[in-house]
Amino acid sequence: MAYSGRKDSPELPDFSLLKRLARDQLVYLLEQLPGKKDLFIEADLMSPLDRIANVSILKQHDVDKLYKVEYKPIISTSDQLCFLIRPRIKTVKWISDVVNADKAGGKFRKYKIIFTPQKFYACETVLEEQGVFGNVSMDEWGFHLLPLDDDIISLELSEFFRDNYLAGDLRWVRTAGSALHLLHSIYGPFSKVYGIGRCSKMAYESWKEQAKEEEQKPRNSEIGNVFLIDRDVDFVTPMCSQVVYEGLVDDIFRIKCGCVEFGTDVSSSDKSIKVMLNSQDKVFNEIRNEHFSNVFSFLSQKARNLQVAYDKRRGMDIKQMKTFVSEELKGLKQEHRLLSLHISASESIMKKKTKQDFQELLKTEHSLLEGFEIRECISFIEEHINRQVSMTESLRLLCLLSLTENGLLPKDYRSLKTQYLQSYGVEHLLTFANLKQSGLLVEQQQGETLTVMESKVGKLVNDKTAGKLTDAFSSLARKNNFRALSRKLNLVPKSDDEYDLRLPRDMAYVFSGAYIPLSCKIIEQVLERDGWTGLEEVTKLLNGNEFAVTGKNGANNEAQRIVVVMFLGGCTYSEISALRFLGRERGYKFIVVATAIASSSRLLEALLGNHV
Amino acid sequence: MMKSRSDEEEYWNASKFKAFTFDDEDDDLRESKSAFESLAQLPDEDERDHVEEVSWSGEPVGSISRSVRETAASGRRTEGEAAFPARVDADLAKVNSGYSLSSLFKGRRGASVATLADVSGDRSGRTVAPEIRRPKSEKEDLVGDWSPQDAVNRMRQGKPVPLERFRCLQDKLRLLDRSVDAQDGNVITAVLIFLKKSLSKEVLFGELASRPTALRHLFAYLSESGDDALLADLYRALGRVEDAAVTRSHATTKYTLLHYKEHLSITDEKKKRDFLKSCLSLQFSPEDQVQLQDQVSLLERQMLIEATDRQAELGGKAEIFQKFPRRASILHMPLVTTLYYCCFYHYGQPEVRSARPRSSRVRGKVPTCRSCAGPQGSFSSPQNLRNSFKISEKQFFVTALSARAKQKSWRDVDALFAGRSWLGFTRKKSPLAFQVVVDILHRNSAPVHVLQEYVGLVDDADARMALAHKHKCHDLVINTYRDFKDRRLLLGYRGKVEAGSAAERKIDELLDGSQIRWKN
Repeated sequence: MAYSGRKDSPELPDFSLLKRLARDQLVYLLEQLPGKKDLFIEADLMSPLDRIANVSILKQHDVDKLYKVEYKPIISTSDQLCFLIRPRIKTVKWISDVVNADKAGGKFRKYKIIFTPQKFYACETVLEEQGVFGNVSMDEWGFHLLPLDDDIISLELSEFFRDNYLAGDLRWVRTAGSALHLLHSIYGPFSKVYGIGRCSKMAYESWKEQAKEEEQKPRNSEIGNVFLIDRDVDFVTPMCSQVVYEGLVDDIFRIKCGCVEFGTDVSSSDKSIKVMLNSQDKVFNEIRNEHFSNVFSFLSQKARNLQVAYDKRRGMDIKQMKTFVSEELKGLKQEHRLLSLHISASESIMKKKTKQDFQELLKTEHSLLEGFEIRECISFIEEHINRQVSMTESLRLLCLLSLTENGLLPKDYRSLKTQYLQSYGVEHLLTFANLKQSGLLVEQQQGETLTVMESKVGKLVNDKTAGKLTDAFSSLARKNNFRALSRKLNLVPKSDDEYDLRLPRDMAYVFSGAYIPLSCKIIEQVLERDGWTGLEEVTKLLNGNEFAVTGKNGANNEAQRIVVVMFLGGCTYSEISALRFLGRERGYKFIVVATAIASSSRLLEALLGNHV
Repeated sequence: MMKSRSDEEEYWNASKFKAFTFDDEDDDLRESKSAFESLAQLPDEDERDHVEEVSWSGEPVGSISRSVRETAASGRRTEGEAAFPARVDADLAKVNSGYSLSSLFKGRRGASVATLADVSGDRSGRTVAPEIRRPKSEKEDLVGDWSPQDAVNRMRQGKPVPLERFRCLQDKLRLLDRSVDAQDGNVITAVLIFLKKSLSKEVLFGELASRPTALRHLFAYLSESGDDALLADLYRALGRVEDAAVTRSHATTKYTLLHYKEHLSITDEKKKRDFLKSCLSLQFSPEDQVQLQDQVSLLERQMLIEATDRQAELGGKAEIFQKFPRRASILHMPLVTTLYYCCFYHYGQPEVRSARPRSSRVRGKVPTCRSCAGPQGSFSSPQNLRNSFKISEKQFFVTALSARAKQKSWRDVDALFAGRSWLGFTRKKSPLAFQVVVDILHRNSAPVHVLQEYVGLVDDADARMALAHKHKCHDLVINTYRDFKDRRLLLGYRGKVEAGSAAERKIDELLDGSQIRWKN
């Protein structure tokens, strides 16, 4: 990609500090249970833990054996058990069972639960109800922020999305506030905080509340601006197929905690391999933000350069050869391996995408975004369903249709739902109920056209004004005004000019030039205007809850251009790429803080109703 | 290839993007591959070793995930074996960060109650130590008298609050309202748990009806803790609240789905059927009611099919099961999968069997539901399935096409397209675009002569040529170029067909012949 933008972007703060902090805290907590102990780790905490500590650190602090929490009776012989878990009722119930089984078997052990990132009362209640409260000691490990890369920090809370946007449970609001608080106390003070969305507002307030408890010493700030955004402000973007390399890799292979597992087709051996994907990987770093169509030419150029570098050793004398081997060869080989890997990955992506007629799929998505030839799109989706192409993929298209069209016509809704249930099973009645509740896939209400929008705006602010029981069931489904927003913000570029993906002119390149991600566009606009002034109509269409607050301490110039964008409910790699592009164009550096990395399949799987 | 490119470009131009195709034969990819392959030939004997050396994986030696796997694998390993340093180097880790640890934990150690209880029976000084450091004020707080707001504030900081002191309803509700105002789900749930214990269901549910946020938290809490019974009570109670009809229907739907959801955990088909039948009396919406009815009928039908087919398979008489052994039972599968199965194994079966079933007498119940109506044996007929479940024409067509193509019954495939115009000609008709038909056939590895026929029916000329190229339908390509009198393209195509093939001969004949007046 041509780096046409400003070159004077400021340096990013050093986030490895967050890892050290988390590790030190964990060590401290482990020491609270002196002596040898076995450690049980919740499955989805293992990868995050791996990023900040390793076995020898745990061993140094008397951890004897490590187990994964599997909800089965345990086999440990240790007389001290430590559980490192998320605050989930199911897990705590299992621990209670373990304790009760020991009691029944006359075994005498010490138990400690370390909740991360925080403890919930509901979990303590379980211990109480199961009669083991008092037998188990508890602690909190405030492991809020895991840096996945120089500019990506994750809370690794995959349940945030479902809890907040489906169940309407606010238990993670404080967690989000604490994460912000942690950033603020290490890298702040912030000079400006912007936000949009209900949860963003609450997270902001929670942070303010927490910050009140401690005074802050004046310090040189490293982060100037913060932008908070709710996932449900923009559901459209995560429902689009990703076509930027990093996003594609995530869609196809699933990046987990910054690490991807390539199957045997990519590793070209009989074992799959795990690879860390971040800026340390020089090859990856150069292609991660590229539109996929540019990746091949880039890789082949890279291969040719490598060949030239290898060729250099021809005609070298002994001494030169020695220097070459000691200084360059290792780097070249490393690059060689990376290159081989990303070429195979690209090949594999190609194979999978040609198989499912990606072109037609993208065409349909673009038509939906543009609001063009909707009937054709519907019959394409229908065909997808009829042919039993992937369950989540069909669902994704249905959601995209609903989100862009402000709901499906009752006739279409019924027909598509019936076909979906016939293809994938009637139990998906439950899935449809969830999608309806979260507002991702809804039926247009008869007579609810333009006027209703106004009455809905501002209604959801708080309970005091609403106070209707109906809201408990349905208020999470926000009115989506995509078409109007798209017009106001110019999200779909004019169709007559050609878009050169090699030289992107705006953030639309992350979707082949067809669409500028709504979330990123809002961020761009607000930063440009230094607030929401002039965006009144847009915020109205976004269901309000916008804010912009100026802090007391003005940060220096450098820090002013460092912007933390916190996505409550998850952020996709495409959005990260778009923000990186925006940063280069405008001389900002964006740091994405996400409750988790999101993708269409992750979000939809969280809402599937076909599992027990 | 040229045609196909232009076709694609048409799309990309039309929708204003640069042509970018996910095509197997992408030149760039081929280039980068070949560039890479030439690299791989570098003389480098020690290559392999180095590959191992550089840590590729996200799990270097010493990784936690790996270690956990090892524990799992080794089961009960003897204690002494662990080769880890016995010396605890605590200081090392502690000095790593310049931040004081104690400051990080200030006010965040919510363990107080637990540890207090623990302490009584524990003589280890270290566990007690943090308790000693607790500020006196906190202990004083325990006897203090708090307003609901104070209580909520304390709870938000993770401090213990004896909620039992809030005994009158007004206090309880104020406590709840303050917790909702505080926007901390953890605290809201804590208060709800307290209210749940200290108020009767009727009172609690009644008060919650006007508090949507709190209500949502109770829903979430009950469903996470698996207390479906109480959740069901709650939904039922809310369904009775006099509020608007919308609300009632919402609550009823919730209740209905909650109950319905239970079927997911039932694996036995008979029990599942009975359970689903019992769900029919719930208040589903009219459309969903139909779906549920279909689910019951389908399961009943699957049970019949499964019983008959398993017997046939074991008996070894039905040839089809020998030739294509069944990979899984058809029970609990979706309707379309069942249709596919029937199209695969029972395609010829008439919708209604006129004669009496000969050997394969069906054991079990005589079908009674509407979908199984009709004489015995017809239940596995695809046509019967189609009519009983109102499967759309397109859906039936797609499924039948895939199933017959999978079996390579090209005659059946052909027959699917049979349509007769009023003049008596047979013309191939399809509810699907022929591109899609070709795709389905290709996926089921149809031979060229079959594909060719359908490629030829693709409406759009450019798309047709693209497919003809892709699937090597030489005759089609050659005839098209001949009709266009395009000698140059034909000559170009000669390079793409196998040397010495019939196609090559045909091209040569055309080029050598003199009947055609070439335009170039």
